[in-house]
Amino acid sequence: MKIQGKVHKYGDHVDTDVIIPARYLNTAKPEELAAHCMEDIDKDFVGKVQTGDIMVAGVNFGCGSSREHAPIAIKASGVSCVIAKNFARIFYRNALNIGLPILECPEAGEAIQNGDEVAVDFDSGVITDVTTGETFKAEPFPPFIQNIIQKGGLLASLK
Amino acid sequence: MAMTMTQKILAAHAGLDSVSAGQLIEVNLDLVMGNDVTSPVAIHEMESKGFENVFDNNRIALVMDHFTPNKDIKSAENCKQVRTFAKEYGIKNFFDVGKMGIEHALLPEKGLVISGDTVIGADSHTCTYGALGAFSTGVGSTDMAAGMISGKAWFKVPSALKIVITGNFQKYVSGKDVILHLIGKIGVDGARYRSLEFTGDGIRNLSMDDRFCIANMAIECGAKNGIFPVDEKTLAYMAGRTDRKPVIFEADADAEYDEVIEINLDELKPTVSFPHLPENTHTVDEIDEIPIDQVVIGSCTNGRIEDMRAAASVLKGRTVADGVRCIVIPATQTVYMQCIEEGLTKIFVEAGAIVSTPTCGPCLGGHMGILAAGERAVSTTNRNFVGRMGHPTSEVYLASPFVAAASAVTGKISCPCELD
Repeated sequence: MKIQGKVHKYGDHVDTDVIIPARYLNTAKPEELAAHCMEDIDKDFVGKVQTGDIMVAGVNFGCGSSREHAPIAIKASGVSCVIAKNFARIFYRNALNIGLPILECPEAGEAIQNGDEVAVDFDSGVITDVTTGETFKAEPFPPFIQNIIQKGGLLASLK
Repeated sequence: MAMTMTQKILAAHAGLDSVSAGQLIEVNLDLVMGNDVTSPVAIHEMESKGFENVFDNNRIALVMDHFTPNKDIKSAENCKQVRTFAKEYGIKNFFDVGKMGIEHALLPEKGLVISGDTVIGADSHTCTYGALGAFSTGVGSTDMAAGMISGKAWFKVPSALKIVITGNFQKYVSGKDVILHLIGKIGVDGARYRSLEFTGDGIRNLSMDDRFCIANMAIECGAKNGIFPVDEKTLAYMAGRTDRKPVIFEADADAEYDEVIEINLDELKPTVSFPHLPENTHTVDEIDEIPIDQVVIGSCTNGRIEDMRAAASVLKGRTVADGVRCIVIPATQTVYMQCIEEGLTKIFVEAGAIVSTPTCGPCLGGHMGILAAGERAVSTTNRNFVGRMGHPTSEVYLASPFVAAASAVTGKISCPCELD
């Protein structure tokens, strides 16, 4: 599978409280959560994000609360993939479990700039910054996790 | 192959003789926990995917603590959904208003977690139970659903940081200062994916409430879990709370650690984390005057009886400063009752504080103490991220109950020693 989209770039330690503030956790409806995604650190995000766009960030993306509402909000906002230097562990699990594609790539997290056009080939793990022409290779998932992804999420893999 | 304490617990629950860091394993769970924010998502996942059974209705705990007593209609609907599920599936450990407390104070108090257990909870502070010598960690709602269905979870076996604790506390220093100091030292991702294994002869000077507080915030440096060895204090705490027999695991003497960090309790001072990351630590004696609007004393981090006693010892015979709202939240019904019986509630109310029934409320900006734009709080909670307690321009300073109570009296961030 290949995707291409415009980049929304954030820094290190983007926590799940800013991805979706707790004041909105009285619902789990994806579209309601998406309406407030990132608003405490980027109030323009909801207005400017287009379906297929890509989120790029620094280290420890998704730290803090275990709320699965965070990857749900990002996915429902139309983001097709999150690329970060690395992820906090609970967010990493949650994203895989709900089917939000994520890639760990320190070099891409450093070099890709806000507004760049980026293409991702999930089969090869190659990330291409179309704007600059640079390419990066993401860390491959271990086979155990690939199996969860291929079966369509954790619960599907239990059947 | 030598193992850490965490690795030994995981190996035992995976039915393996040994495990090593990085290995992917499937473990049997002793308990699966969720709250009123995370359980509805798990229940929806489970039911929408066609699962109709839980692995064991005795080993699931559902605690209605975040937006309760319900703050609005949507929250009430969420609790209603969980209540219906609990009834339908015969979930024994369903804790509703009147019985509930803040989950991570409640479960140990009820004897639902004991030494040697493996526990997942759909709440990041599930790592709290490491204080009892259990492996416990936070997960999301789908992992919770899978745990409720199968009684199992997959993990990557973590490596560990060894935290060697020596010495004893000076006056007005407590468990909160230990963990804030550690997070300040290694950063909010300093233990990402790894265990914090606490050891050293200073541990005997840490009360169980200190240990719960320290293990609770392991997640704030990214750790998978934080764990303490089991000693007489642990066994005394569990006595009478459960019929199950604790299983004591110890790290091998030659277990490998990524890093060894020493903390001498004698050298610690009252510590505060500045906005907007828990790693932004300063000792109270080195900071300039920082006026405040609100104080919160409570949460899964610091809502236990010793925390209440610490706060009351500072507030006794004193009054909350003009212009400061002081909100005290005992974490469970038992702690709430103890506060009444020990006269702490009277001290709080006479000082001009309010005392709430248990709720996570203000810690995550839910209800019961939301901050307006630009307002500043000193809080015994665990996170000071942007917008955590309310408006995105508000600020949270994390501190111990001693410092929070002293700050309520002076109206600025203070050590109780300034009042002596």
